Amino acid sequence: MVDPVPVPAPVPSGAPAPDPTLRSATAPGPQPGPPAPPNPAAALSLRGLWKRFGQKIAVAGIDLDVPAGSFYGLVGPNGAGKTTTLSMATGLLRPDAGTAHVHGTDLWADPAAGKRQLGVLPDGVRLFDRLTGAQLVTYAGLLRGMDRDTVAERTAELLAALDLAKDATTFVVDYSAGMTKKIALATALIHAPRTLVLDEPFEAVDPVSAANIRDILAGYVASGGTVVVSSHVMDLVQRMCDHVAVVAGGHVLAAGTVDEVRGDQSLEDRFVELVGGRQSTEGLAWLRSS
Amino acid sequence: MVAQFVRLKLTLMGNAFRRSVWQTIGFVVGALYGLFVVGMLVVGAIVLGTTDPELAGTVVVLGGALAVLGWWVIPLFAFGVDATLDPQRFVLFGIPQRRLLAGLAVAGVVSVPGVATALSALGASFAWWRTPLALLAALVGAVVAVALCVVGSRATTTALAPLLESRRYREVVTVAAFVPLVLVGPAFAWLGAQLGEGPVDGEAVGGMLTRLAGVVAWTPFGAPWGLGAAVHDGAWGLALARLVVALATLAVAWVVWDRALARALVTPPTSGGAGRAKGLGFFSRFPATPTGAVAARTATYWLRDPRYSGSIAVVPLIPVVLLVVGGGAGSEIFLALAPFTAWILGFSISADVAYDHTAFALHVSSGVPGRADRWGRALPVLVAGGAVTVLFAVVSVAVAGRWDLLPAILGVSVGVLLTSTGVSSATSARLLYPVPKPGDSPFKQPQGAAMATLVAQTVAMVLVLALSLPFLVPGLVAVLADLPVVGWVTLLVGAVVGAVVLVLGVRWGARRYDRGAPELLQRVLSYA
Repeated sequence: MVDPVPVPAPVPSGAPAPDPTLRSATAPGPQPGPPAPPNPAAALSLRGLWKRFGQKIAVAGIDLDVPAGSFYGLVGPNGAGKTTTLSMATGLLRPDAGTAHVHGTDLWADPAAGKRQLGVLPDGVRLFDRLTGAQLVTYAGLLRGMDRDTVAERTAELLAALDLAKDATTFVVDYSAGMTKKIALATALIHAPRTLVLDEPFEAVDPVSAANIRDILAGYVASGGTVVVSSHVMDLVQRMCDHVAVVAGGHVLAAGTVDEVRGDQSLEDRFVELVGGRQSTEGLAWLRSS
Repeated sequence: MVAQFVRLKLTLMGNAFRRSVWQTIGFVVGALYGLFVVGMLVVGAIVLGTTDPELAGTVVVLGGALAVLGWWVIPLFAFGVDATLDPQRFVLFGIPQRRLLAGLAVAGVVSVPGVATALSALGASFAWWRTPLALLAALVGAVVAVALCVVGSRATTTALAPLLESRRYREVVTVAAFVPLVLVGPAFAWLGAQLGEGPVDGEAVGGMLTRLAGVVAWTPFGAPWGLGAAVHDGAWGLALARLVVALATLAVAWVVWDRALARALVTPPTSGGAGRAKGLGFFSRFPATPTGAVAARTATYWLRDPRYSGSIAVVPLIPVVLLVVGGGAGSEIFLALAPFTAWILGFSISADVAYDHTAFALHVSSGVPGRADRWGRALPVLVAGGAVTVLFAVVSVAVAGRWDLLPAILGVSVGVLLTSTGVSSATSARLLYPVPKPGDSPFKQPQGAAMATLVAQTVAMVLVLALSLPFLVPGLVAVLADLPVVGWVTLLVGAVVGAVVLVLGVRWGARRYDRGAPELLQRVLSYA
């Protein structure tokens, strides 16, 4: 059993460089030493995940446990390796090293069993957009091997819950960006997975729909499901999630419950402190209009 | 401002080379080939102008008019092929419209087709090198003609932009554009055959062309090209009239472009009305299994995605093409109709995963078994393609009046359909190559994909041919040696060998898929 790495309360302020003690794995190499065994009770248990693309190391040994029944936020600056990590945790990208366990099942050893328990909303991929909204959700359900009646029933309910019922017969190619995000979410939910992994689920979604989605996700967590979301919006993560991990440069800088990670600061301030990179606002004098 | 636009265009072209060495090599080879063609054109014009000035004038006018017409019309079909200097991208810079227009016009010449047109037009003027005044007039005409090409093409595309932005219009036009493309070759073959048959009346043809050129030279397309000839003949009034027609056209095109651009700059692109479809379509008719779902999705795409429906639009034209090429219904070439169609249909799913593009992620994240993915993609082709193939086989023997050959033709056709579908099922899980993206024009070939495409398609073709030999040989024996009895052997062997190749191909493809679906996804992601 590996608990999320606790964060020591007193943090040296003004130190932009991440404190090495906060990381769960920092050694720059695949399989740094004997890693802790994966946690079979966790919804997602990542150990020593490592991925490089050419010269660039996107993910450099990430260890993370997402407790079952948690609402887990994954935050990090652009290019931190969030999408790469989530892709490796959901079977979309084979890691160079490391393992990903889904409720105790080794995803990369038994992809079929692992993927059955996962609902995935990947970021930056297309949909089969020549289908109508209803057809696309039906397609996702049938691909999961569900029976026709259940798929029809759940498709109707999902479209209604996501405020897409009147657009059910419109081709997805003609949807707006927010509607596309919502229909993709519906394809991830149709088979009632034990764990949902959502990459940037609120991007381009209008506030009303975002509130509806948050309600759906909160209800899902309350009934025992697990949700992992990645986001840039710290306020949202602080309000919505109970756990959070800060990722930058392919490493986990801090992980734990939201209160543990943020201490007595706001999550946003803590995030900026961990990641660093704030510019002083001395320059750009010419930009001041007065 | 003009210099900045030209520099921007050159930078954009230069940056394309930095992506890969092969692309640079491809460009250099293409440029050399283009220079060669342009050189031959110019030499031909000069030789012709020296020996037969009248014919030279006719040829220059007709060829030039075709070039202008091409510049005006082709972008309407091949939309999005070159959008590097889309005026929409300059909206936020607040560039005065006059400068923007001038910059875009000059930058329009700075492209491979632009340079080729300019060189050909200027070079062809030297057909009049013996008469300096005519040469001068021709050079002026060439400059006007090139301006007419660029400004005219901008005017038509910008003026029709609201139409071109509608997805449905684009799709209809795209599918319709396949028809003339497929028929161009046979049309020339037919024309050649007509000219070749009977007594060749060179005089009559020449006279007809001269009269045609006389008319075309008065149209906006041909007018600038007729300047040199008119001056050469000493017809100053005619030359002046043609110049006026050309310049007036240029002015009108410029004004149209100016107005259309002014409107386009304040009207952001809209995608037009949203399309709708009733019910679940194939999804409620096919079995509710992963295989059935993939088949339903594939069938829907065949009808709704122009990249697929373009191939469907071509199928009814294959008999026409073969009839023309074979020179009539009696020819044995027409008997190849069904096998040829079967091969095309089977081949059409050989890049299926690349056509899905990143939407394929749904298959990977859902953990669709390879068996379901492969059979789902193959079944619609087998069912619909099987019906078309059998129909074509019956039609071809009926037209040829050789019912005794039906078993042989049927055997080869069914064998080829099964074999090429099987081979496609296997290769599409292994040999991926970039294809036009969803929503792009099917004519828009992805940059730097030529080598991968060539390798994948050659491998697939050789495999199909090699695996088809067991029934292709008896089929050919039955037809060529006129041994209809062998036809029954062909039918049996074709069905058995085809079925075996299909099953093995699908199984091998499914195994590859199960082992490497994430890698397939990463490959298509890299095409993004």
